Amino acid sequence: MLRIENVSKTFNPGTVNEKKALDHLSLHLLPGDFATIVGSNGAGKSTMFNAIAGTFLADEGTILLGGEDITFRPEHIRSRTIGRLFQDPLMGTAPHMTIEENLAVAYLRASGRSSVFSRISRKDRAFFRDQLSLLDMGLEDRMSQPVGLLSGGQRQALTLLMATVVTPRILLLDEHTAALDPATAAKVLELTRTIVAERSITCLMVTHNMHQALEMGNRTIMMNAGRIVLDVAGTEREGMTVEDLLRRFAAGAGKAFDNDRILLSTEEGI
Amino acid sequence: MGFLTAGIIRTALEVGLIYGLVALSLFISFSILDICDLSTDGCYTLGCAVGAMVTIAGHPLLGILCAMGAGVCSGFVTAFLQTRLGVQSILAGIIVNTGLYTINLAVMGFSSNVSIFGTDTVFSLFGSLSESDFWKDWSDLILLALILLAVGTFIYWFLGTRLGLSIRATGDSLAMVRASSINPALMITIGLCFSGSLTALAGCLVGQFNKTCDINLGTGMVTIALASLVIGETLTGRGRIPVRIAGVVLGSCLYRLIISIALRLNVPTEAFKLVSALIVAVAIAAPEARKLIAARGRQLSHKRTS
Ligand SMILES: Nc1ncnc2c1ncn2[C@@H]1O[C@H](COP(=O)(O)OP(=O)(O)OP(=O)(O)O)[C@@H](O)[C@H]1O
Ligand SMILES: [Mg+2]
Repeated sequence: MLRIENVSKTFNPGTVNEKKALDHLSLHLLPGDFATIVGSNGAGKSTMFNAIAGTFLADEGTILLGGEDITFRPEHIRSRTIGRLFQDPLMGTAPHMTIEENLAVAYLRASGRSSVFSRISRKDRAFFRDQLSLLDMGLEDRMSQPVGLLSGGQRQALTLLMATVVTPRILLLDEHTAALDPATAAKVLELTRTIVAERSITCLMVTHNMHQALEMGNRTIMMNAGRIVLDVAGTEREGMTVEDLLRRFAAGAGKAFDNDRILLSTEEGI
Repeated sequence: MGFLTAGIIRTALEVGLIYGLVALSLFISFSILDICDLSTDGCYTLGCAVGAMVTIAGHPLLGILCAMGAGVCSGFVTAFLQTRLGVQSILAGIIVNTGLYTINLAVMGFSSNVSIFGTDTVFSLFGSLSESDFWKDWSDLILLALILLAVGTFIYWFLGTRLGLSIRATGDSLAMVRASSINPALMITIGLCFSGSLTALAGCLVGQFNKTCDINLGTGMVTIALASLVIGETLTGRGRIPVRIAGVVLGSCLYRLIISIALRLNVPTEAFKLVSALIVAVAIAAPEARKLIAARGRQLSHKRTS
């Protein structure tokens, strides 16, 4: 489904701030793959997502999505088939627009150019209501309220719905529960699990929680210094503990794992 | 009824409605798109100049269309500078504003003033529909009110379409827009073209209304429109779109009324800019001041009871 070949990205080349954020990175995802990604601070996880989504043009290498070469496609074209969630729950929604209007904007992916002058129809509204009721947060009764009135967890759940209202070829989740309180985070994670499983969406999820990384999805990827240093799946992954994972990381990266957030969160479940 | 005659109020409302169009234009660029577009002054004069020249040639209605077309072009250039060439939005507006001065002069045949005489204007056409005294006095205001009603309704309808929603989203959350399939550069372009056409429409109407066009007509227009916008938004808050649209037009009329009162109080013309600035400051400060007074009141009653 996703095929990243030899992609590199250097920020501020030729200056003192030069930073090689992606270093000949390659990654293949099969349709329906759900891979969790862990890595130290600054390993290049978010940068890899930005390369896939088209926030910038990669310096070298190619990116294929669903068999199409998207290396040179502009971001807004790519986002027709890419769903994205950010760590900041405030980023994925427009606060001064209503829940319904936000969903309508996300749903534009399906209706395309033909209907730019159409308004939200009764049929759309019924569809949005159905979708919102799946979140089980009572949002279906607040459809004409501005999104700014919702809590962070509700906004992130809504963003998840917006990213998947038209089934994307790939869903990119960048620590999308990190800013939520434990109970809400668990709820959003559960929603993620159901939505991804029900429609077998190909998914990449960055997390700083090692338990999550082993428990969610079918594959775990570790990144360091702009490269993938560990990629486990199947039976090898099933028996793995967090300690195994950290040991394997140290072997692959040649150094201990140093993500401050991970050290804080390895113990409890969330 | 010596202080404010019907005539004075009428004139204030007429001018207020025309300026209301410029305020609506800023409502789109400033409030909806969150872009500070400073090309307003030049674009307003452009609308007036283009409209006046076509009207002098005998086509007042066509003049309105041409003026709006010119406004679209001006908005397009401003948008092109910031979305494609990476010029900061404030700078883009200033650059276009400066360039427009020469273009406006050229449109007016390199004279700094043209008069519309001997041909009809939309106002004289509309006024000739009836001979009654009432119509003679009020037809201009009625025509302007109808235009504002049409424009306001159109903006409301437009902002509810998928295209309008995308434009609103672009001004509200850029990150969200980039994650949805919307091209923000295109949305900014469409929004600024629309906003430019409204400013130019206002310029064209004011030209036909006063039967003259001056190269310095637009000077300070952006401040006036901003003042109207701020007064309107203070009145209505960030509520539903139709209420906000009505608030902006109301704010513009209110602003003109305050100016008329100042005129009647014999405030010297030189002090006018200061009065305008004061009005804007008061309008912006009003919500905070209200909070402050409420807090102070609670503090006092707290002391009294304890
Ligand atoms: N726009 C940018 N300009 C310059 N440098 C950047 C930019 N974006 C990222 N970087 C640098 O690239 C490196 C990788 O950053 P990235 O955000 O991908 O890390 P990450 O793996 O997501 O880390 P974290 O776990 O902290 O989110 C960092 O050193 C960062 O400073
Ligand atoms: Mg990151």
